[in-house]
Amino acid sequence: MTQNSRRGPAVDPASLSAVSRRNFLMLSAAGLAATGLVPGLGPDAAHAAGGTMAMTINPEPNAMLSAFNTASPVAVISGKMTEGLLHYDFDLNAHGVLAEAWEMSEDGLTITFQLRQGVKWHDGEDFTSADVAYSIMEILKQHHPRGKGVFAKVTSVDTPDDYTAVLNLSEPAPALMYALSGWESPIVPKHVYEGTDVLNNPANNAPVGTGPFKFVSWERGSHIILEANTDYWAEGQPMLDRLVVRIISDPSARVAAFEAGELHLGGDGPIPVNEVQRFMDSPDFNVSTRGTELNNSLDVLEVNLRNKILAVPEVRKALMHAIDQAQMEEVVYYGLAEMLTGPIPQSLPHLYTADVPGYAHDVEAAKALLDEAGFPEGDDGMRFGIRLISPAIGDTYDRAGQMLKQQFAAIGVDLTLVSADVPTFIRSVYGNYDFDLSMFPASVTADPTIGLQRFYWSEAIAQGTPFVNASGYSSAEMDRILEAAAVEPDTEARKALFEEFQALAMEDLPILPLARPTYTTVSAANVVNAVTGPEGARASYGTLAFE
Amino acid sequence: MSTSSRSRPWIFLGKRLAYGLLAILAIAVINFFLLKMAPGDAAEAMAGEAGTATPEYIAELRAQFGLDQPVLVQLGHFLARLATFDLGYSFRYGEDNVTLIFDRLPATLMLMSASLLVAVIGGIIFGVTAARYANRAPDQAISLVALLLYATPPYWIGLILILVFSVWLGWTPTSGMVDVLAFNTGWAHVVDVAHHMILPALTQAFFYLAIYIRLVRAGMLDVLSLDFVRVARAKGISESRIMYRHALRNAVLPLLTVVGTNLGGFLGGAVLTETVFSWPGVGRLMFDAMFARDLNLLLSILVLSSAFVVLTNLVVDLLYVVINPTVELK
Repeated sequence: MTQNSRRGPAVDPASLSAVSRRNFLMLSAAGLAATGLVPGLGPDAAHAAGGTMAMTINPEPNAMLSAFNTASPVAVISGKMTEGLLHYDFDLNAHGVLAEAWEMSEDGLTITFQLRQGVKWHDGEDFTSADVAYSIMEILKQHHPRGKGVFAKVTSVDTPDDYTAVLNLSEPAPALMYALSGWESPIVPKHVYEGTDVLNNPANNAPVGTGPFKFVSWERGSHIILEANTDYWAEGQPMLDRLVVRIISDPSARVAAFEAGELHLGGDGPIPVNEVQRFMDSPDFNVSTRGTELNNSLDVLEVNLRNKILAVPEVRKALMHAIDQAQMEEVVYYGLAEMLTGPIPQSLPHLYTADVPGYAHDVEAAKALLDEAGFPEGDDGMRFGIRLISPAIGDTYDRAGQMLKQQFAAIGVDLTLVSADVPTFIRSVYGNYDFDLSMFPASVTADPTIGLQRFYWSEAIAQGTPFVNASGYSSAEMDRILEAAAVEPDTEARKALFEEFQALAMEDLPILPLARPTYTTVSAANVVNAVTGPEGARASYGTLAFE
Repeated sequence: MSTSSRSRPWIFLGKRLAYGLLAILAIAVINFFLLKMAPGDAAEAMAGEAGTATPEYIAELRAQFGLDQPVLVQLGHFLARLATFDLGYSFRYGEDNVTLIFDRLPATLMLMSASLLVAVIGGIIFGVTAARYANRAPDQAISLVALLLYATPPYWIGLILILVFSVWLGWTPTSGMVDVLAFNTGWAHVVDVAHHMILPALTQAFFYLAIYIRLVRAGMLDVLSLDFVRVARAKGISESRIMYRHALRNAVLPLLTVVGTNLGGFLGGAVLTETVFSWPGVGRLMFDAMFARDLNLLLSILVLSSAFVVLTNLVVDLLYVVINPTVELK
């Protein structure tokens, strides 16, 4: 980077339209929720309340609170007990949870939250603005794995009264508004955490939250029991008496448990993809393919540009041409995936564009590109060999690796597959940069500034830090776009910047996007409201019930 | 030496315990370095699970776990803790290692004792029967089944049992140790656990059973060719009595040795069986700890495990003397 600014061009607040900058900062949906107009929020009289539901979370969470550990299973369990300021609908519009209304100032530098009154912590204390200020400044901004980035621009939180919290920002942070759900940015009780060793606070494994379910017990390796919070602020919720989480580590055993009626619900792909069709056809189960739109985990190939061969742009384009996405969708994902055209999936419709350089499956074009780049076929038909490393997490990557090996062999690229356990994978790829191609799940989250910038931004090259820019990709143009988008409060202008980003990402190809796998939610036929929004299994489950 | 140790078994005991302690120490140190050689550490594993992390977050984790210190200092801390029987704290689980392990121990002990019991009884009955009808149809049938059981992965046997008995017949639960929806207490709880234990115990027992049958059969055939058996037969003692009273006692020593070894592996649990049946035992905890690079926890389990091996070996040696008086303590 030649320019010394991290922030890109300064934004002139006066030049922004007053309307567009608050497009998603509409008044709270709390009023709507009370009348049952928002799906998944209002109690539904048709469903009998009560009962104990068994769900599965896999693998077992290693903590109960997602403030210090954001591993997916932790987010799922934490989201039942802790709440955030907001939650989101399928169009990623924000609705109030602990906040009832909110407003961003004209310059985007202050966000004022009016908080819900009469909310009580599970231990009976009142929830107030002091808890919000403490959670953001002392917990999330200090210790949350993503929070340091998300709340980086928040300089202070003012609490003029018990039910008003004002976030003061050094620069606009539009992505922040997508990160305020209960599992991502849980609000924790100040009176439990203040003055303690917060990282080892007992409440991390027995959360005191405001959510519809209270923690009861955790038998490690076996099950977790949550019970209904009878003082929950939303009338009629939760609808269940108890929620029991069973830990079943073997996928085939989970299938058996569903079929034997011992499990009612599981999110994030509880059964192997080759079983999904059978469950979809069965009258005993419902299978939902929605509920991951706030997470957006993408399977991608990151290219190590330190490799002299892969540093040649034509080679990366040739690899893209070699990939047969249609075949991959069918064989690797059993049709349960959105094949990607670029770095942003279509599940983020407000940012996605198809107007990017495309690479149709074309073996001849790929070969021509490699010839042109100066890598002729050898006597054995191969031009060069590269290594693909992937973490050993399920068999999808094994199938994908085998398929890529075949498809690359067709253009004369000899692919060696290496499967490593997660810590080994992280050390090899991010610690030692010892890889040519790395296949892994890249979580875009609900906003590319939070989830994608780290893979394309040159300043995100940080050896030893997992899941950041490992390709070594460094482009002044790319940096400019990403930095501008990060602080652009105008929705249209920000979309335009991300369209530029998508086109450049597909031209430079430091990452070869493959697919957005659809992680299913499986529920017994008599379960209602299993998926109510993009949070999927991370939702609070206040309306989850038996029919 | 041998005559004196018979009269003064405490010398034998003291010596064996001292050797045992040395062995445990050596195992602890070797394991420490072996595990340190595995690529990646707990901070990276946790940051990897989180999906995103800043360099500061990782540095904070390393400092919290003590991973920012030189390896020898970490080893020193580990040994100093061991010396005071302090197994340390698992930062990953936010819990003392002792609590984590001992919470899981009952499940493991139950599963392993049930399966070993089934395997020993079955091994003796089928092994003796096979020897009695050596090279005839019953022997061939038993040997074939034993060979099949031995060759089939317990993992697969478990899944088939679940499919048949839980999904198709609905006789047993598919997995877990208790019916978590029933909240049973007292006697109902005991019955519930026993009900859940049938399939995993059988699965694990099948694995041992195959070995035990072959051991007993071979031991019996050796003994049955000895003179005292011929004498017993000549005296007109019934065949069953010869088998179980006279021959078995002599043939059972090799079985005892192997059961002792299996007992020693007790604490390690049975990762595969525990995984298939979601049995909350130590084996699964160890497996998870490995993939999370939770070395403190892993080392604690390994140290406890090695102590258990040393102890069971000692007990087995003492048992030899009880079962066969011609064996002497050395």
